Amino acid sequence: MNPIALLGGAFLGFCAYLGQLAELAGETFRSIFAGRIRLGLVLRQISHIGFGSQMVVIVTGAFTGAVFTAQTFFQFSRLNMESAVGPVISVAMCRELGPVLTGLMVAGRVGAAMTAELGTMKVTQQIDALRALAVHPVDYLVVPRTIAMLISLPLLVGECIFFGIVAAYLVATKILGVGAPYYLLNMYKFTEAEDIFMGVIKGLVFAVIIVLVSCREGLNARDGAVGVGRATTEAVVIGSLSVLIANFFLTMALNIFFPAGVS
Amino acid sequence: MSAVLIDVQDLVQQIGAQQILRGFSIQVHQGETLVLLGKSGGGKSVFLRHLIGLMKPVSGRVIVEGTDISGLGERELEWVRRKIGMVFQDGALFDSMSVFENVAFPLRERGERDEKKIAGKVRETLALVNMTGHEKKMPVNLSGGMRKRVALARAIVSPPDVILYDEPTAGLDPIVSDSINRLIRRMQRQLSATSIVVTHDMTSCYHIADRVALLNEGRLHFCGTVDELKNTTDPVVRDFIDGRSHEVD
Ligand SMILES: Nc1ncnc2c1ncn2[C@@H]1O[C@H](COP(=O)(O)OP(=O)(O)OP(=O)(O)O)[C@@H](O)[C@H]1O
Ligand SMILES: [Mg+2]
Repeated sequence: MNPIALLGGAFLGFCAYLGQLAELAGETFRSIFAGRIRLGLVLRQISHIGFGSQMVVIVTGAFTGAVFTAQTFFQFSRLNMESAVGPVISVAMCRELGPVLTGLMVAGRVGAAMTAELGTMKVTQQIDALRALAVHPVDYLVVPRTIAMLISLPLLVGECIFFGIVAAYLVATKILGVGAPYYLLNMYKFTEAEDIFMGVIKGLVFAVIIVLVSCREGLNARDGAVGVGRATTEAVVIGSLSVLIANFFLTMALNIFFPAGVS
Repeated sequence: MSAVLIDVQDLVQQIGAQQILRGFSIQVHQGETLVLLGKSGGGKSVFLRHLIGLMKPVSGRVIVEGTDISGLGERELEWVRRKIGMVFQDGALFDSMSVFENVAFPLRERGERDEKKIAGKVRETLALVNMTGHEKKMPVNLSGGMRKRVALARAIVSPPDVILYDEPTAGLDPIVSDSINRLIRRMQRQLSATSIVVTHDMTSCYHIADRVALLNEGRLHFCGTVDELKNTTDPVVRDFIDGRSHEVD
């Protein structure tokens, strides 16, 4: 096979994949706006996705905040800029680290579970059983997960940011000896509401990416247990990479609306 | 003879290079029980899936009450699926739900909110399939035959006009088989349900069938009453009902 044909094939495959995601997104949001929402299922998913992910997100946020503070401090102290550590950490947590870390952790923890569950249902004909009972799988499975993700992920992002900043504060002031008043003053001075807003928007976008990729992989699983395993791996890989790639473009786009450090 | 309810015309289905159905045509009449026989792997389950739009034919038509459903989209098929219920060959129970919740599922999805009514209806239906007392169990903890009976209960709890049974008695002991056969008969008598039953069990076939069809090589090979079946001289049909493989030991 010649390389151009291979490249073309891969590109077409990629377009088809995007097409499937778009189709699933269309079907899902049409259902949501048509009010085909099962409240009980949404609540159950919120408890799975949101409530259950807190531990992971808090630990990730806190230790990233802590280690980031230490490194920033080591570098900044050579320039006698210790008190600038506060705003660097808080802005970075809000704009980048909080959303991305939460996105990655949730893509791993929740995305994998979603794909495995839907994939198993697919290969054991439970999805067909739903359809046979005149229940649309998107209404019953994808819509509750999407709503739960849209509610949970921004909150988890907020939690990750909060614990990151708290850990950073503790490390900076208690261990590294930065003066608490300077730290807080600079942090308040350079952290804007926009920074937090940006984190929340990213959280919403990542929620949609993760839920659609995971559900798409699950609903298209085939070839039994091996296939479900493969779909789950794919969901985590594609979900995580999409989060990272989308994050870059979101940063560039959102920076037009909420420029960093100007106000 | 009563009106034609489902009219299948020249159904062709191909998966990969394998031709599964090659122009299968059959008519199902209002209120009858049609038994479908055929080789294992011959495409009987695949055929049933076409009747509720779970699979789309490569060509041919499936006409339900005058409407061709083979081109309908997922949401446009809802009325067909409310009208025609299906018992899957291996049950396809929802494994995250208990037996009770599985059977209650169609009721809840049809908008029933009264928990007392739901509980009453579920108990009653589970009793029909001899599954009283297993409400709390999860599907993974049931035996194959029990799973099949729960699947049957789920299909008939909110009785559809037409019920498709995919091997409802395979793997059941003779006594439970007999009670399932009686149940299928009763559904027909009391609710004037139309049934299509796929089975390899000739006892069951003779017991419940109004008409018997044989699917062979992707086409309808034989279709007639039980008496016609018993008296036929067609070699393919005879081998099937007498259980002969023509292999030498
Ligand atoms: N999703 C699928 N992908 C590929 N092949 C399939 C698929 N579904 C069915 N087949 C093939 O179609 C053929 C018919 O299968 P089907 O399940 O309809 O047989 P059957 O007549 O119901 O057999 P049995 O009596 O053993 O249940 C088989 O050869 C099977 O391998
Ligand atoms: Mg079968």
